[in-house]
Amino acid sequence: MGLREYIIRRLLLLIPIMLGVVLLIFAIIQFVPVMVRVSLYITGSIRELQPAAVQEVIRQYGLDQPVWIQFANWFSQIMVGNFGYSESTQEVVVAGLMARVPATFEIVLVSAPLIILSGIWLGVRSAVQKDKPFDQMTRIISILGTSLPSFFFGVLLLATFVGQLRWVTPGRLSPAMGTALALMIRNGEFTKYTGMMLIDSLLNLRLNYFYDALIHLILPTTVLVFIQTAVLVRVTRSSMLEALGKTYIIAARAKGLTKNEVIYKHARRNALIPVVTISGLLVGGMMTGLIITETVFLFPGVGSWAATAAQRFDLSVVAAYSMFSAVVFVLANLIVDVLYAYIDPRIRLG
Amino acid sequence: MQSKKKSGNFRKAIEPTFKELKFILKRVLRSPLSVAGLVLITYNVALALFAPFICPPVPGTADVYLIPRDQALGFRIEPSAPSPTHLFGATRLQVDLLYGCVWGTRFAFQLGLEVILATLAIGLTLGMISGYYGGFIDEVVMRFTDIILAFPGLILAMAFVAVLARSGWSTLNAAVLSIVLIGWPGYTRLIRGEVLRVKGEDYIEAARAAGASDLRIMSRHVLPNSIYSIIIVASLDFGSIVLTAAALSFLGLGSQPGTADWGRLIYDGVPFASMGLKYWWTIAYPGLFIVLFTLGWNLLGDALRDVLDPLSRRK
Repeated sequence: MGLREYIIRRLLLLIPIMLGVVLLIFAIIQFVPVMVRVSLYITGSIRELQPAAVQEVIRQYGLDQPVWIQFANWFSQIMVGNFGYSESTQEVVVAGLMARVPATFEIVLVSAPLIILSGIWLGVRSAVQKDKPFDQMTRIISILGTSLPSFFFGVLLLATFVGQLRWVTPGRLSPAMGTALALMIRNGEFTKYTGMMLIDSLLNLRLNYFYDALIHLILPTTVLVFIQTAVLVRVTRSSMLEALGKTYIIAARAKGLTKNEVIYKHARRNALIPVVTISGLLVGGMMTGLIITETVFLFPGVGSWAATAAQRFDLSVVAAYSMFSAVVFVLANLIVDVLYAYIDPRIRLG
Repeated sequence: MQSKKKSGNFRKAIEPTFKELKFILKRVLRSPLSVAGLVLITYNVALALFAPFICPPVPGTADVYLIPRDQALGFRIEPSAPSPTHLFGATRLQVDLLYGCVWGTRFAFQLGLEVILATLAIGLTLGMISGYYGGFIDEVVMRFTDIILAFPGLILAMAFVAVLARSGWSTLNAAVLSIVLIGWPGYTRLIRGEVLRVKGEDYIEAARAAGASDLRIMSRHVLPNSIYSIIIVASLDFGSIVLTAAALSFLGLGSQPGTADWGRLIYDGVPFASMGLKYWWTIAYPGLFIVLFTLGWNLLGDALRDVLDPLSRRK
């Protein structure tokens, strides 16, 4: 079976899973009364609707009908992109999600390369220098990283660098810069190309905004990188140790290759195959970590949006966000599997 | 006479397990890091057990996990600093942090046990049925686990708590239930795999030929042969379960204000964290207790994984 067929088969298998995800969210939502569920269908605040209009919504989407009719109606609505209205932020849910995705993606864009590079570098070096001081240090730091809850680490950084030293403000930009930016956007002096501050500021040639956005990314990124790198280092280290113990390593050394050639050309390549499989786990950890980090540093991304909505029991946001993260998570896992199949052909032949 | 023979049989039956445990303990005690883990866990268990003696609750309180308010501290908005009467200081609700941290340990153990027992019960039932009967039931159960595992755990838990709380549940009960909801698929798959492994053995065939019922085969032959590794996995999950619960509490989706719950205590300290380190005790102490808890569990877990891994164990 070729790689293309493998990808197509995996994509087809996604359909029942995604249908299951949607069904599960629908089933969970059934716990709340009809009047609450109305906000999952409308595009304005329920408080501004007359009781008669609310009854009209209930009738229109069959909320007084049997469950399967309700599901069919709801499903057709989310298929055309209607996820209802958010009472907590007073906006249409899809618009709210779209407005916040770039901010979250910006954190991911900065932290993911750092996690991957430092995790693999530290893990490989730690394994090569097993039981030497470098290895001991790395192991202790990575055990601390997995034991330190992200919210505690985040709050510690918040208290020290935001509260005490006042190096940065919480959020995405300093308050003054943020106000000035809103004004510039309204006057058409600053165009939002991507919604990501780092890229937009460069495209608009506003380097002071680039700098301000960058320093506001340092703390959230630090929390994510520290905790996720710790996971990656541990896996890389044990996988590298296993690879170094293989007989082909001894053979390569015996035929006269240098130590570095053996480590980086033979051992590391083989050690990275198992590391690829846990990157799906890493994506899940990142998504969870983003909720916490964004909440701690009041970073206006999807994670803090969903957490605030959940605290206020704003179900339309919660439902849309959980389905959104399931899609992202499942697709990320699919990419990981394809990558794995690409590296290791035994997977697709099986 | 009869009972003596029985106890002899019993001793013979548990001897391999006992030997195995002794071997594991010996290996664990060899590495200083795992000894540190063992010490930390012992310390946490002791804190949880002796909480009523370290910080006696006010006699006649309905809920010992609600930290008693100190009337002497009045109704100030800012947290009271550590003092001889309140060694760890107090939160903004003027409740004693030492009480909160110590009883928080007991709270963590209680919550962890509740969640583990519930997930194990569901996982054992579904995993055994699924693995033993196979076919259509197996297919349904496995697709169900696929769906739950399609979500990052905390996100599904968050959604579930929000919905249950909106329909009138207490957020704490909702949080416990949601952690069970995201936890059972892992155990179900693990147990199903174990059952599939054991199912093909000759002694299962022999038991069936001797006329044993399905229930008897499962409870007397399949379960005892697969429970061992499952219990170890479950006990190692303790740390991450408590951490998930603390994260939910930190997001305001767990216990009520004033509960002896580490995550909740840190959540209450966040507004003061943005004012700097002036009120350091509100986050430092509960945070330290969480770290000592999860650290112990991770250190021991690492050691056990090394010992139990058949590839590396007897080297």
